[in-house]
Amino acid sequence: MISKEEIQHIAKLSRLELTEKEIEKMQKDLSAILDYFDLLKKAPSAAKAPEGQVKKSGLRKDEVVSSHDIADELLSQAPDKKDDYIKVKTIL
Amino acid sequence: MDLTELTIKQIHEGLVNKSFSCVDLTKAYLKNIKEKDKEINAYLTVTEDLALEQAKKVDDKIKQGQEIGPLEGVPCAIKDAIMVEGQKCTAASKILENYVAPYDATVIKKLKEQGVVILGKTNTDEFTMGASTENSAFGVTKNPHDKTKVSGGSSGGSAAAVAANMACFALGTDTGGSIRLPASFCGITGLNPTYGSVSRYGVIAHASSFDQVGPMTKNVEDAKIVLETICGKDKMDATSADYKYEEAKTDLKGLKIGLPKEYFAEGLDKEVEQIARSTIKKAEEAGAKIVEVELPNSKYAIACYYILVPSEASANLARYDGIKYGLSENGESLLDVYIKSREKGFGPEVKRRIMVGTYCLSSGYYDAYYKKAQEVRQLIRQDFAKVFEKVDLIFCPVAPFPAFGIGEKADDPLAMYLVDLYTGAVKLAQLPALSLPAGKIGKLPVGLQIIGNHFKENVIISVASQLEKMI
Repeated sequence: MISKEEIQHIAKLSRLELTEKEIEKMQKDLSAILDYFDLLKKAPSAAKAPEGQVKKSGLRKDEVVSSHDIADELLSQAPDKKDDYIKVKTIL
Repeated sequence: MDLTELTIKQIHEGLVNKSFSCVDLTKAYLKNIKEKDKEINAYLTVTEDLALEQAKKVDDKIKQGQEIGPLEGVPCAIKDAIMVEGQKCTAASKILENYVAPYDATVIKKLKEQGVVILGKTNTDEFTMGASTENSAFGVTKNPHDKTKVSGGSSGGSAAAVAANMACFALGTDTGGSIRLPASFCGITGLNPTYGSVSRYGVIAHASSFDQVGPMTKNVEDAKIVLETICGKDKMDATSADYKYEEAKTDLKGLKIGLPKEYFAEGLDKEVEQIARSTIKKAEEAGAKIVEVELPNSKYAIACYYILVPSEASANLARYDGIKYGLSENGESLLDVYIKSREKGFGPEVKRRIMVGTYCLSSGYYDAYYKKAQEVRQLIRQDFAKVFEKVDLIFCPVAPFPAFGIGEKADDPLAMYLVDLYTGAVKLAQLPALSLPAGKIGKLPVGLQIIGNHFKENVIISVASQLEKMI
């Protein structure tokens, strides 16, 4: 069984805060899921490195694609803002 | 004539011949939604004003004697993970409960250009994570054929809406089976297109190397009409492919169909197998050559899938932090705002997957889980590539069983993951596949899955539409 401390550590990395009850359930669920993943240990090694995508799709040039003019609409979704800036708590 | 039973083509003919107006048609659907959806819960938002406004435009065009396109005036439903400008888009999550889409997804833009009527946004598992819609923060969608059963997931709302005549067609998204599974459980046609053939711009991300948008329809021809409209390269989605649907006339005579022996093995419900085999027999009688094929790495597919998908999801869902949009909880520090907003906004399955993904990507476990799963994904892709050297299509069940009871698997995440047994591997290999209604067990529909090679949607559709007439 995955330990309570380990669940708390993963939760911290995940930016989640779990209640005692959630931690207990997560211990049980994650243990069962991770045990199931052990199946992959039996899988053969791949012959070559994983490929990216299927043929017709591919990477594009590293250039800016304009996301039309929706800056105002996007900003209007922010819960806390001042003028055209999104406000956050002090971090220093 | 019940207008809400019509297919896309029949609606088009009716509108052109002025047998009914688009407003009357739209009102007939809205009436069905009002009467039936309290119980079924397929819709999270009904966009009545938008629908009637769009319908009126179509009527005006017809009145003026203008020509209308094949999808013009056809009432449809959109999964609530796809953005429709000015309408709520929640992904069935509390964290996006009041989020209003700032722009149209490319698929919506394309449908609007064709003049469709949008009836509303449909229920899904939260962030499309699930196989039953039980993970929706806004209640389960019941199966219209038996309301004690699930509609399947994650696009359960879309499937139920089409099955219960609350929409002529719907858009769904498929990450591990989320179009095909509910299509099978609700008795409609659902097509998961090849990865890249449809733009995902404006679609809420779940796992970016898997997610695809696809049609959920009353028949195969309708699926084709919708796919033709929504597919193609989009500069706003770098993963979209330069793909155009081209009509194929595939003769059943001489067609090679592979049956993966691993998919007709232990765990498959006998009656589901029988339904699949009886359809396969019809294809054989029409001249198709049936061969047994092997997908030897199938047994690793679910483990592989449930490492890679949560890993991608844990990264994708990092954007929900209470700062830019969505639910925001007060906190003392910036970190506090992140944690409290996520704690309150995400449901149990989403948290579980973020945890699994974070674990698999974390230092010390990355090689054993994520890297290994990427290698196995390659093996699974090679399995399919080898099979498609020998056969044109693969036939198999969509799920090992018909729709299961509400609550039956809700507390056992692993049991729920195994529902994707026959649909997940297809996504690891980024292949197209369709669920075709093939029969019923009692009241419950069962679909047959038709898998094609990359960008062979046209072969799948040609064969499926011939089989549809024989079933």
